[in-house]
Amino acid sequence: MKLPYYPGCTLKKNAKNFEISAMAAAKHLGIELIELPRWNCCGAVSSLTSDDVMHHVAAIRNLVRVQQMNDDGILENEYRLIVLCSMCFNVLKRSNMLVTSNASMLNTINSFMDTEPDYEGTVEVKHFLEILRDEIGFERLKNAVRNPLKGLKISPYYGCTLLRPKEIGIDDAESPSIMENLIEALGGDVADNPYKSLCCGSYHTVGNAEVVAQRTYKIIEGARRNGADVIITSCPLCAFNLDNRQALTEKLYPGFKRMPILYFTQLMALAFGYEKEAGFDGNFINPIPLLEEKGLIGMKVQK
Amino acid sequence: MTRIGVYVCHCGGNISDVVDVEEVAQFASRLPDVVVVRSISHMCSESGQKAIIDDIREYKLDRVVVAACSPQFQGSTFEKALIKAGLNPKMVEMANIREQSAWPHYDIPDKATEKAKVLTAMAVEKIRKTKPVEREAMKIGKNTLVIGGGIAGIQASLDLANAGFNVYLVEEKPSIGGHMAQLSRTFPTEDCASCILAPKMADVADHPNIHLLTYTEILEITGSIGNFKVKLRQKPRYVDADKCTACGECEKVCPVSVPDEFNLGMTARKAIYLPSPTAVPHAHVIDEDACLGIVPLRCGECAKACEANAINYDDTPKYINLDIDTIIVATGFEIFDARKKPQYGYGRFQNVITALELERLIVESAEGHFIRPIGKDIAFIQCVGSRDKQVGNLYCSRICCMYATKLASLLKRADPSRDVYVFYTDLRAYGKGFEEYYRRAQELGVKFIRGRPGELQEDPETKKVIVRVEDTLTRKIIEKKFDLVVLSVGLVPSKGTLKIAEMLKLPRTSDGFLKEAHPKFRPVDTPIEGIFIAGTAQGPKDIPDTVAQASAAAARAMALMNKGEFELSPIKAIVYEDKCDGCGECIDACPVDAIKLNGKASINAAICKGCGSCISSCPRDAIDLKIFSDEEIMAEIESALKDKKENERRIIVFADDMCTYTLADGVGTAKMGYPANAFIIRVPSSSRVTPKMILKAFELGADGVFLGECEEAVSPFPSTLKVIKENVEKARIALKEAGIEPERIQYSPFVTVMFPKFVNLIKKLNEIASKEIPEEKRRKLHVLEVIE
Amino acid sequence: MSNVIHIEEEENELLAKVEEISGETVTLCEQCGICTTSCPMAEEMDFTPAGIMHAVKLGDKNVLDSKAIWICASCFTCTVRCPRGIDLAKVTEALRQIHLRKNKDHVNLEEVKEEEQEENLPPIALVSALRKFTG
Repeated sequence: MKLPYYPGCTLKKNAKNFEISAMAAAKHLGIELIELPRWNCCGAVSSLTSDDVMHHVAAIRNLVRVQQMNDDGILENEYRLIVLCSMCFNVLKRSNMLVTSNASMLNTINSFMDTEPDYEGTVEVKHFLEILRDEIGFERLKNAVRNPLKGLKISPYYGCTLLRPKEIGIDDAESPSIMENLIEALGGDVADNPYKSLCCGSYHTVGNAEVVAQRTYKIIEGARRNGADVIITSCPLCAFNLDNRQALTEKLYPGFKRMPILYFTQLMALAFGYEKEAGFDGNFINPIPLLEEKGLIGMKVQK
Repeated sequence: MTRIGVYVCHCGGNISDVVDVEEVAQFASRLPDVVVVRSISHMCSESGQKAIIDDIREYKLDRVVVAACSPQFQGSTFEKALIKAGLNPKMVEMANIREQSAWPHYDIPDKATEKAKVLTAMAVEKIRKTKPVEREAMKIGKNTLVIGGGIAGIQASLDLANAGFNVYLVEEKPSIGGHMAQLSRTFPTEDCASCILAPKMADVADHPNIHLLTYTEILEITGSIGNFKVKLRQKPRYVDADKCTACGECEKVCPVSVPDEFNLGMTARKAIYLPSPTAVPHAHVIDEDACLGIVPLRCGECAKACEANAINYDDTPKYINLDIDTIIVATGFEIFDARKKPQYGYGRFQNVITALELERLIVESAEGHFIRPIGKDIAFIQCVGSRDKQVGNLYCSRICCMYATKLASLLKRADPSRDVYVFYTDLRAYGKGFEEYYRRAQELGVKFIRGRPGELQEDPETKKVIVRVEDTLTRKIIEKKFDLVVLSVGLVPSKGTLKIAEMLKLPRTSDGFLKEAHPKFRPVDTPIEGIFIAGTAQGPKDIPDTVAQASAAAARAMALMNKGEFELSPIKAIVYEDKCDGCGECIDACPVDAIKLNGKASINAAICKGCGSCISSCPRDAIDLKIFSDEEIMAEIESALKDKKENERRIIVFADDMCTYTLADGVGTAKMGYPANAFIIRVPSSSRVTPKMILKAFELGADGVFLGECEEAVSPFPSTLKVIKENVEKARIALKEAGIEPERIQYSPFVTVMFPKFVNLIKKLNEIASKEIPEEKRRKLHVLEVIE
Repeated sequence: MSNVIHIEEEENELLAKVEEISGETVTLCEQCGICTTSCPMAEEMDFTPAGIMHAVKLGDKNVLDSKAIWICASCFTCTVRCPRGIDLAKVTEALRQIHLRKNKDHVNLEEVKEEEQEENLPPIALVSALRKFTG
């Protein structure tokens, strides 16, 4: 299965291990993620005003690329655009929703884009997790596991943009289960966290890192109380806040103990037997000692 | 040739100060068939009525026109006068020159007088075409089916039975009693709920006029008032209720334990069980799903233990057919499923329970049964599942404020050292004695805090529940740990309510509950004749309101059945058999399934509501209404457009009787002006106005046509707006074809208070209609076929 | 600060402006406070989320100078919980926009630059912060 894929800026810089691990995991499941040609930054956050059309142009331009890939024969009638980064997913899906329900807005954007082909409203923005749940299915995914994550207590962290607002979210906004199901399929143990969809502070990490570090503390302790060894996420900004900001958390909360933060795809890659592609050397808090202790890495896995 | 008397009323100056009544009278005397004309100060007074009666006798009048106020106001007065004079009451027509002329156009008396003349002419032309309608009656028996054995069904059944009517009370559970049987005490009096309910339940069981059918489901209901056919299935009880003494020996030997639904699953019961301590019938029942096996028998212990020999493993379902005259739907409510608000942790946190569970805890602990601790620090969270767009329930459940106040008071009184909080958004203590009861709770020390928590957390060690809430009066965030959090869950329609609504085609309001025929004046009637509603099936309500409604529903049913026959409304559709070719188009058009095809269409007058939706569906003009007939309305249209001067514009406004006509009366009463060239034609529903009528109006000189109709929520007829929309579309296409602007036809739903909307829409249409329509374009309409 | 709010004609301008930019009906708010206790940032705020709604309804312009509207990170928790179905994230965005559209930024770009180099901030953090804090 060939699917068009939108990486977004951060997956090319801080979150390279997110992309590489996802590619490996997808390939193992028979999915080829084809990067959009000439993609551009989506804008990271949506404009929430009713009078702002301009700020949706960047997102829509990326959707035009999916149309072009179909026109150019790179894809065959495949209009589902796969996104890994939760924030980009939220922005692209919101803009898509707005223009497909508002013809005059779509018109304005199309005429603004001038020589760019018109966007026809045909693209469906999907998060990679949705493909795992709805296309592959957790049963099939379970069968693809070669290195079950036995004994690893994994706590899902959804954050905001994967779940809210409801019309964009990929799961129940109040009691999501998609990551839990994934963890179980990979052979790991789920450690619940009452703060699994509490905002981490997002872009306040620029200029107000303390606010973020406080949330980081609350979220990590919430997971730890439920026995978590590690937290997984699908948002590179959440990952930065939960992972890198632990340095500050440590200063603010004496006695705080670090906990590794991973992208869900890193654990998929590990469970599928692609230890190198999992990119554990790219995380701020080094997860390798933990994974070794659990006997999950450093062992020969048959490919 | 008819003989008509016309009476122009001064209304003590209300009319005559604006309208030149003598000129109207002069004008009327020249109208066809008019034999006598009088102008009288107060037509509705006894002397006014006497003038009519005397004239009918002296001049041998067979028809009367009263040019006065709204027929909705005084119509019945003059109908009675006609009956006194020996005429058919339908032979009087009112020209509404007060609400439609003198009042709205008070500042333009000349135009008001001209309009009054036209209105009077319209009434005269209409009454010339009116045919006497004979009173039609149907026989009706005395059998009522009451669906649902909660307090509503119990009360309705007892009232009917005590008045000598025959009641079949059907309850799907093995005992009657409903939710009330589960409650601790009732607010605001704090009576023990089961103590006041149990005697009523016993009365039901003993009453010779009540046939109690518990454990029974309704399979099918067909027919109509006076002739409902009901099919029932009574589940096998496997225990002979007459022999069973409810001694409970069988329970002791039964090896199967399952959650007890009466205690909401907080305790266990056996597979053979007594549904509740006060169950009626007071007998055990075997839950065949839980039992180890009846066919083939796998255990048989209970039969061995039963001294009364009441257990019968060979019991089978019973199928029962009933002939029923009236039905009362009392199918009740269910509590909102608190799991739909996962942020409150119900089902996940052991110390979060629903208010109904607390009711059971209080009852059981009063009887010495310990189920779980209640604790010292207790919080109530209001509006769970009510007033919440996120779960789709916008309505207030009405009882939660008071039941929480009651439960909080009971807990506080039982142990004053308890710290009891109620977190509310608005506290609604509107009923008799409620405010005083709320005050007493505050005296007891219950703390009412204004704020709605977003989510609850559980302390992982102590399992206490952490409530975090904004005290919106101080804007401070409060955080406190509670031993118990009680969710004040709202009410939703029961599955039974939904099932019966579908079976009987009863309309529901946007909240999902059953819709009454009129929210003010027919609160326990449904739009279907002979079917009534009582209790929470109609909407959330407390016990006194439920009982009052149940008695009202019983009284309404009795009023129908008591005389042994009931009169059908004269506004009914009729089929001209010579024209009908049996195509069946009308069958789908009828929103209440009143039309059957027996070679030709035939209308069940008992079901027909007289909306007229079927008329425009008939390709052969074979359907009409008996009153508000095609002929009458066409006569009004013609006369409204007669003698139209050059440069004059006229608009025809069709107004449904229930909403738009009343609304126009209100606009007039408020002396709000609207274009005086708008002439209102009263119809039962604008859905009876066919595309042909609309086009005919344009052909005859109308410059605009407006159709007003009740909003769906208050309409006595289901889905008429759809028909109106279709008819308007068809007529617009034809206008367009003739080169006339299709926007000259407008329609809108109304409720009776939308004064500015009505005025603005008529003004807007008047603007659209201000351009002249060339005569040749109007003539084109004559030859145009209405496009189907 | 006086504890009397004199409500004059001009106070309604704020409400009208916020409703226009956000597309939300602020007067629908029934002040239940569910937004405040759902808000992960409420403790940091000088106006609680319910307080913001109330201030807009009354036309209390102090809300425009509040810290709260900048602390809101558009996490949408209030939006998915509001029993009246108000999208509060859009309301705070409108308040920020009223400020930003007057060509007043809420962030010092020089400081951000330094921080970026020190901390190796992800692009997503920078882009979103600049989109939220500059006009």
